[in-house]
Amino acid sequence: MDRREFLKVATLSSLTYLFPWGRGWAFSNGKDDADSQKLIVIFLRGAADGLNVVAPYGDAIYHQLRPTIALPGPGLQDGVIDLDGYFGLHPALAAMMPFWRNKTLAFVHASGSPDSTRSHFDAQDYMESGVPGLKTLSSGWLNRLVSQLPSKRSPVQAISLGPVLPRIFAGLASVATVPPNITTQLMAIDRPAVAESFKELYQGLNNDLGKAFAEGISAHHEINEVLSSADDNPPPGPMNREEIMANRGAPTPRKYNAFGQQLAGLFRKDPSIQIAFLDFGGWDTHVNQGAATGQLANHLTPLAQGLADLVSGLGPLYKKTSIIVMSEFGRTAHENGNGGTDHGHGNVMWLLGGQLSGGKVYGRWAGLSTNALHEARDLPTTTDFRAVLCQILIDQLGVSKPALAKIFPDFRPPGNPFLQT
Amino acid sequence: MRACVLTMFFLFQMALPSGARPVEDSARIAHLLNRITFGMRPGDIQYVQSIGINKFIGMQLNPASIPESPVLKSQLSNYPALLRDPVDLFREFKAIKNDTGQGNSGIHSADPGKDSVQRIGEYFHGIGQQYVEARLARAIESPRQLQEIMTDFWFNHFNVSINKDLDHIWVGPYERQAIRPYALGRFRDLLGATCHHPAMLFYLDNWQNTAPGSKAARGRFTGLNENYARELMELHTLGVDGGYTQKDVIELARILTGLGLPLPQASRNQVAYGTAYCFNPNRHDFTDKVLLGQVIHGSGEKEIEEALDLLSRAPATAHHISYQLAQYFVADNPPKKLVDRLASTFQKTDGDIKVVLSVLFASPEFWDDQYDGAKYKSPLRYVVSSIRAADLQPHDLQPLVAFLRMQGQPVYGCLTPDGYKNTQEAWLNPDSVMRRINFATATGTGKLPGANANPPNYLSLAGTVNGGILSPHTQEVIAKAPPQLKCPLLLGSPEFMHY
Repeated sequence: MDRREFLKVATLSSLTYLFPWGRGWAFSNGKDDADSQKLIVIFLRGAADGLNVVAPYGDAIYHQLRPTIALPGPGLQDGVIDLDGYFGLHPALAAMMPFWRNKTLAFVHASGSPDSTRSHFDAQDYMESGVPGLKTLSSGWLNRLVSQLPSKRSPVQAISLGPVLPRIFAGLASVATVPPNITTQLMAIDRPAVAESFKELYQGLNNDLGKAFAEGISAHHEINEVLSSADDNPPPGPMNREEIMANRGAPTPRKYNAFGQQLAGLFRKDPSIQIAFLDFGGWDTHVNQGAATGQLANHLTPLAQGLADLVSGLGPLYKKTSIIVMSEFGRTAHENGNGGTDHGHGNVMWLLGGQLSGGKVYGRWAGLSTNALHEARDLPTTTDFRAVLCQILIDQLGVSKPALAKIFPDFRPPGNPFLQT
Repeated sequence: MRACVLTMFFLFQMALPSGARPVEDSARIAHLLNRITFGMRPGDIQYVQSIGINKFIGMQLNPASIPESPVLKSQLSNYPALLRDPVDLFREFKAIKNDTGQGNSGIHSADPGKDSVQRIGEYFHGIGQQYVEARLARAIESPRQLQEIMTDFWFNHFNVSINKDLDHIWVGPYERQAIRPYALGRFRDLLGATCHHPAMLFYLDNWQNTAPGSKAARGRFTGLNENYARELMELHTLGVDGGYTQKDVIELARILTGLGLPLPQASRNQVAYGTAYCFNPNRHDFTDKVLLGQVIHGSGEKEIEEALDLLSRAPATAHHISYQLAQYFVADNPPKKLVDRLASTFQKTDGDIKVVLSVLFASPEFWDDQYDGAKYKSPLRYVVSSIRAADLQPHDLQPLVAFLRMQGQPVYGCLTPDGYKNTQEAWLNPDSVMRRINFATATGTGKLPGANANPPNYLSLAGTVNGGILSPHTQEVIAKAPPQLKCPLLLGSPEFMHY
């Protein structure tokens, strides 16, 4: 299918979607689901400061550009955790170090969008649509990925945590939205008389609302069934809590609480779940960002704990899971007049996964001298985020090249970003 | 010119004796009420029929001509915070903060840090919830519906999040002082008011925006902060494709240096557009700037007015605002001809919102029945229209507040400056449909917490939901349903999910 054709199909209204209502879902259960690869995408909205997440402590310019918010080197008070002798990890992310050490955690630095917009809304839009610079494609790349997976016809093959379906999941493939605290809930629709009448009311409604109704009922029943089933394999306990205590009891943003354990639990209980998406806000640190402690650290600590819980909770599924953490752009290399940073360009992507070649900081790093910076102020983007995503999809999820072209139209992967250092 | 013709048209209509006018089509009226109010109440269609569509539109465009509701007045009297002044609230906040020993070494309490955080949290919550409930009460109860619809529109356009510290106590005065009075007035006034209000100056950090090296540059006031300047152009005026550059963002940030929060000593503050603020020339950049190709001489505070004039008059702004209005009132994908017509009116009238809306409501696109029922209700519209259609008067609004939070649209709670969207794409998803059916069932069976204990009157509801215009299939299913499910089915119908 050529690109014009693809765009035509992708933007067609789903009036053409024929939902097989009345025949029920045919779940495939058992072996092939247990073997299927999983993908979890986590979006940090607001432009997380990558230069302080994976800090180039080995570059003197880093400390010059950020007199009050640069992280000191390893071994120094409030210093980074050394990664490779040049880069160091923000100390608030200590909970993730076991995965660096067992080589299932990697980073791609100076990565991001080729489009240099510094508008949060546009940049998030481009990173979720997967076609930077183009505003006319209404679907998101993660939805297009779901369309390319072998169909399991499970209503929870793709799940989105949070009440509102994000741009990245917009499109023709059906996605179940799950409330962020993933618990069973009894609703009116669980009463047979209510369900019967409403199903009849929405019968034959062949538009977006009709589709959402049908998927809502299926997903709701499925998730309730899964969560109320007997707990044969309780997930292993959470990792070391000392890292949270070290933050001196700073309030955990409520949204971060327990996401790791809960999401892992869901994946383990229902093998038909393959793709999950969640997002966190609060990263737009224009003022008083802090260094080892402060605003940024307060968000990083519970995120790291959650990721650690997620990985340990997945247990044997971790081998088949890829976790990607991304943000719409990075922040200025220099700090501003308010102890914070402004909108930048290149950022760092975080990758976790059982099959990853981890324990490395990938990406083409050119240093922080003025000529190396984008517009003399920001980290440049030397690796397109789509190159990273494509490689994960090829290596970990076994997506074919033709399928990739449908997920990221107008993009030719320039080569394996994991073969560079 | 067009505005003149329209005014004549309205006057002409009003001059006719009421008996001489043909009864207007109830489907037409239902569509109008769907779009310019938060939803029909029983009797609304008959009321509009009795005075005529044009007179009704004319009154709604002039809210002062509509007496406020005594029921609403009484409800609002439960929220004294609504009348508080931001400077006063700020003083009160500081007193609480200092009183609980924050920053001291905790002589009186084992954990002073935690204690003061809790007290401040309680204070914020106590004030903030008054604003939240008042906003819902107004949307449900006010006869000045278009004013509430436009207050909601402009609040989202100039969004401030209640969640950001001091904005917990400032969003109420922000709406009262900088939004509602200008909602049907001049865009330039809205721009000026929001630009000078402490709620906005705090939310987008301009209160810290300082010329580096200026006289009062020290501590947290050391340098430029571009945050507000960027959103002022990207979101509030020109729009993201409005043709400004990164350099323009910096120039505008320099123009805005020194514009900050009002001080606790009220006598040291200035007042403009009805709001108190403090412009500190010792933090201001007095050099000349070039904004969108125009020179703005470094004269001081006057530069800000010049910049706002320039931005509000830009053709890109007229187009941006017109697009958003057309999307809000007509369709998620508004017809280009309509947007262009509104933009042209906006420019010719120097941003007169009332005239732009008159043109909108008189446009063939607004009345084109391909757009009937084509908009999908946001959670706010869904909840408020349900309460109105069922003719309920909740004595406790917290269950509605909680429902909106679960649907992802907490009142005043949009974290990002772009505000809540009003498109189907933003709000339609499987889980939220299930929750609306939950809500419809509770409301339809008289089990909505905080509202009346009895189910709504079925006949009245059936005549009100979408003006009584339901598809044959919906009517058939409801006719067959057990009596206690008829109201839930009406409130949970596809017709009622749209407007």
